[in-house]
Amino acid sequence: MTPDQLDATFAALADPTRRAILARLAAGEASVTELAEPFAMTQPAISKHLKVLERAGLISRSRDAQRRPRRLEARPLAEATAWLVAYRRFWEGSFRRLDALLDELKAMERKQKPGRAKR
Amino acid sequence: MNQGRGLTLTTPTEREIAMTRVFDAPRRLVFDAMTRPELVKRWLLGPPGWSMPVCEIDLRVGGTYRYVWRGADGTEMGMRGVYREIAPPERLVATESFDESWYPGKAQVTTALVERDGRTTVTITVLYESREARDTALASNMEKGVAASYDRLEEILAAPVPRKP
Repeated sequence: MTPDQLDATFAALADPTRRAILARLAAGEASVTELAEPFAMTQPAISKHLKVLERAGLISRSRDAQRRPRRLEARPLAEATAWLVAYRRFWEGSFRRLDALLDELKAMERKQKPGRAKR
Repeated sequence: MNQGRGLTLTTPTEREIAMTRVFDAPRRLVFDAMTRPELVKRWLLGPPGWSMPVCEIDLRVGGTYRYVWRGADGTEMGMRGVYREIAPPERLVATESFDESWYPGKAQVTTALVERDGRTTVTITVLYESREARDTALASNMEKGVAASYDRLEEILAAPVPRKP
């Protein structure tokens, strides 16, 4: 995944309505009317959100059916999510190493200053 | 207060993300571990399998730092920045920019170290250029450390939405 694609995915996800649309589509494909139904929004407003999601590659539309249902494209989302998981793991893993390093530094100080340990 | 040594992520303002972690050591040791390259190289490595082939630190106001990490699969990730404020052992302010940026613009990172009873609470606050940049970095529940599994999709996406009355 390129940084540009990642940007598009994250920008698309940074909106509660769009996340809700994706959550709805996770349960199965749906038409624009069906998607607009639970929201206090007009259909054009929903269509705008759908366009953003489509550009980010997060959803696609079925060609054949007249109601042109949208469906979820899970791959970009999974990649973006994997990236975030990696980010958090990066810090958690690093901080655990820092714990160990600090223990070592404390032990070294105690050795260097015998009898001067404060606690 | 049930957080132990866990990593806490919060959003103090609309342009910030803050990360807090407690370390069982006095803050001058924590400050050293965060600013001396030979020490930084030993812990700022991410998950097992990662290495830090480049770690250069010029610790003075206006001085730069440069980090490059390498993953087990050979993927490299680099970042650099400039120190803006240095007040050992309690505060450090630097800019941050990744080689392959995943949010718009630069960010400013403030590290604050507070010591109490020999333990140090470190708060790293990242200030983004805009709310959009912050939200981009935050999107999709970073705090929950979501798993890359389709099964959990609904959980990942769950968020308050405007409902019809």
